[in-house]
Amino acid sequence: MNGAGLLFASLLLGPATVAGIVLLRHHPNLREGLTLAAGTALLAINLRILSALNAGTPPSWQSADLLPGLGLELAVEPLGMLFALIASSLWLVTTVYAIGYLRGHGETHQSRFYSFFALSITCVMGIAFAGNLLTLFLFYELLSLATWPLVVHAGTDRARHGGRVYLGVLLGTSILFFLPAIILTWATAESLTFTPGGVFGPSTPPALLAALLVLFVFGVGKAAMMPFHRWLPAAMVAPTPVSALLHAVAVVKAGVFTLVKIGVYIFGLDQLSGVASRELLLYLAGFSLLAASIVAMRQDNLKARLAYSTVSQLAYISLGILLAVPSGITGSGLHIAMHAFGKITLFFCAGAIMVAAHKTQVSELRGLGRQMPFTMGAFLLASLSIAGLPPTGGTWSKWYLLLGTLDAGALLLAGALIVSTLLNLVYLTLIPVRAFWPGGAEPAPAGKLQEAPLACCIAIGVTTAACLALFLFPQPLYALVSRIPGAGG
Amino acid sequence: MLSQLALLPVLLPLIGAPACAVLRRPTAAWAFASTVAVLAFVAAAALLQATARQGVIHYAFGGWAAPWGIEYRIDLLNAFVLLLVSGIAAVVLVASRASVWHDIAENRRTLFYVACLLCLAGWLGIAATGDAFNLFVFLEISSLATYALVACGRDRQALVAAFNYLVMGTIGATFILIGIGFIYMLTGTLNMADLAQRLPGLGESRTVFAAYAFIVVGVCLKLALFPLHLWLPGAYTQAPAIVTAYVAATATKVALYVLIRFSFSVFHLESSRLALSLEAVFISLGVVAVFAGSLVAVFASNLKRALAWSSIAQIGYMAVGVGIGTVAGVQASLIHLFNHALMKGALFLALAAIAMRVGGNELQALRGIGRRMPLTSAAIVVAGISLIGVPGTAGFISKWYLVTAALAREQWLLALLIVAGSLLTAVYIWRFVETAWLDQNPAQPATPPQEAPPLLLAGTLLLALANIYFGLDTRLPVGTAAGAAAGLLGDSAAGLLGHPPAPLPGAGAP
Repeated sequence: MNGAGLLFASLLLGPATVAGIVLLRHHPNLREGLTLAAGTALLAINLRILSALNAGTPPSWQSADLLPGLGLELAVEPLGMLFALIASSLWLVTTVYAIGYLRGHGETHQSRFYSFFALSITCVMGIAFAGNLLTLFLFYELLSLATWPLVVHAGTDRARHGGRVYLGVLLGTSILFFLPAIILTWATAESLTFTPGGVFGPSTPPALLAALLVLFVFGVGKAAMMPFHRWLPAAMVAPTPVSALLHAVAVVKAGVFTLVKIGVYIFGLDQLSGVASRELLLYLAGFSLLAASIVAMRQDNLKARLAYSTVSQLAYISLGILLAVPSGITGSGLHIAMHAFGKITLFFCAGAIMVAAHKTQVSELRGLGRQMPFTMGAFLLASLSIAGLPPTGGTWSKWYLLLGTLDAGALLLAGALIVSTLLNLVYLTLIPVRAFWPGGAEPAPAGKLQEAPLACCIAIGVTTAACLALFLFPQPLYALVSRIPGAGG
Repeated sequence: MLSQLALLPVLLPLIGAPACAVLRRPTAAWAFASTVAVLAFVAAAALLQATARQGVIHYAFGGWAAPWGIEYRIDLLNAFVLLLVSGIAAVVLVASRASVWHDIAENRRTLFYVACLLCLAGWLGIAATGDAFNLFVFLEISSLATYALVACGRDRQALVAAFNYLVMGTIGATFILIGIGFIYMLTGTLNMADLAQRLPGLGESRTVFAAYAFIVVGVCLKLALFPLHLWLPGAYTQAPAIVTAYVAATATKVALYVLIRFSFSVFHLESSRLALSLEAVFISLGVVAVFAGSLVAVFASNLKRALAWSSIAQIGYMAVGVGIGTVAGVQASLIHLFNHALMKGALFLALAAIAMRVGGNELQALRGIGRRMPLTSAAIVVAGISLIGVPGTAGFISKWYLVTAALAREQWLLALLIVAGSLLTAVYIWRFVETAWLDQNPAQPATPPQEAPPLLLAGTLLLALANIYFGLDTRLPVGTAAGAAAGLLGDSAAGLLGHPPAPLPGAGAP
């Protein structure tokens, strides 16, 4: 029960921001100033929580019972801390970007946009700091609902259709699989509290555990494991800042984060490695990883290609946890961070291209490097990070994931990882390469330098720099990840 | 003193109704009826407190001791239903003025409130009495008043709907009367506690079965359990807006109470040979109701009609809980009874406000309503996600208990069907959300915000917020339902005969 004030602050900041935004809705400059201030405040709060965690006094809080013996719980542990820090720091960066993007694009309903953005981040904080599965589920569902207005922001028929698929898949999987799995866990283990080593006793029937794992993996639809990945490409109708922060970082990472949490704190690695259905799901993740890469190659729309790339990268993280070996957990934890910085940069670039050059298709980007050298350079570095090559942070997470497959003796999956990395290079890294060297067939369009608005470029610069910095200085991240129970390598 | 308290919630509206009739000015009638309902609510709250503290409260009418005279007998279950019904009635009546003035001709308004009070007296009487025949009488009082209220609708189709309801309702009441006649014939008593003791002694008598069958069919007609639901969509859709809110959140709840009371404390369903087949009947009919009701709701073009069908679906959930037949199942059913009243109360009150501003509840007319009436629309969304069962709302608690009860009996498929039903709910709630915020109404491109009248809005928001409150602080519904269900099933006769109920409210179940 100590330091709960900090946790409340991180959860109440969002609603307070919304109230401010509504009051200031007719003063765009003040409104956006407020959002930036809120972003800074949230980051500061999370850093305070981090120092409390490092001091060995992680804040926690427990509500009165909601259901007999079961209440809401908040607790801080290394993995959640990592997730909260990533989400809050990138929220700040994305707000900077969004100011440039929304103004450059002349979007309407900007107050609504910033309000639901703040609410979504609040839900993410709730997920990150959830102390039991019930609390996590509460914020998980609220996150789906809070992001829907952002997905359908444009209000067109396409946006509406995208919104239906989005909510349909996310609510559908969570209600049909996730909720029964939670209730079943409660009925079996009589505890939903995240406990190092898991909550299930040794006498739990193996068949039940196998069924539960399947329910959890499919129920957490936000992890976008095939065949429940359709919502992610559908969500791409949203404005780019939404795709960047929510559908490359916050929402999808909430999904894989939930899976890692369940693996580490509900099953526990020892028990997880013995679950009968684990192997099957592992190979499904391997399939998802390759298949999404192949689909991504065939997408001409840049954002759709990035979305399928995300599906593929999420499968890496799911695979890491399902390996149930220490290096796999480390790899998953690191990849949550590394992929976040890489993919958000790619989306920022996609949005910058859309605002500055009004291009959305990959085939239109040949030769764009002369017009937007900064954006395309950032795209190149970020795509290297996604693929997992030096000099970018993605190297380390891919390293540990590969190590994990070898530790688990799954050579086939190791092969899949390597093949997928090659595919990554083809469908992501080739885009900036062709932008700079369009090739002989067609003459390069003679464009003069025309970059995106300054705010967008600042955001791109920050996240790209983070990708590079994480290659040289991964220690702080690693220090946090290695404190997850069972992690190592 | 305390035993008189048992009488108060019923007596207030019963005396209030004729008193209300002499009031000339409709505003006075509204104020009077609202006051009576609020006082009844206060009395019911005091009664629940007293019951929780010291067990069953008895009141013998005219001083005639129990099996001979009519007795009021308030245990936890009775008090729970009394509190819910009077609470919803109080909120709806206080909020009703603007909508009633909009829907009802001036010379009928006073009589309208008289009918409302009679109706309330009937419902509260059913929930308070310990006498089977007295229960029938109150059932008729409330039904007759409801027929009149439904017939007040603006559209002439309301007359057809009311007539339909009258025919079906009368058949139901007759069946109940036949059933009560049978058991009176067998036992010579009408006191429910007395019946509960005498019926087991009769063994597996065919007459007992027939009596129970008549009563169940009659009550299920009143409850609108699929396939006996045919009166409900018409009556709910055509009734004046405020009547729908008033009836939807209460009438079916009282009918469910009667079903549970007869099934578990009079007939001891759980220990009878009938149990097995009835379990199948309630569960299968309940599940069919969930899906049939929700599917029709998905395709309905009128939101009020969609929500009426949604009520049929939700009644299905409650029937499933009864069918599961364990303490956990009945508890889940009772919790959902409470929560569903909050949801539908908020939803139908919001629709009443919208009908005043827009002139109807056709989805077509609701385009862009999210901007015109932001608070009312927000209340619909909150109550709607509670209906879906999103965590943090009352509906989630209902779903949790229902699924837990199903899993405890290892009914895996049933658990899956229960959660699958809420997906359909999400579809028709989200149809409204899209219409309200994403569509533009071409007729009124940019109408300025025009919220509901203050009292109506306050009532709507109060009930909508109650959905969130009771999703986070569940002590009242969960604790009381646990005690009531344990009283009904734990020691079958104990619930009626003064066995101290389980600890509550405050602790939840142990």
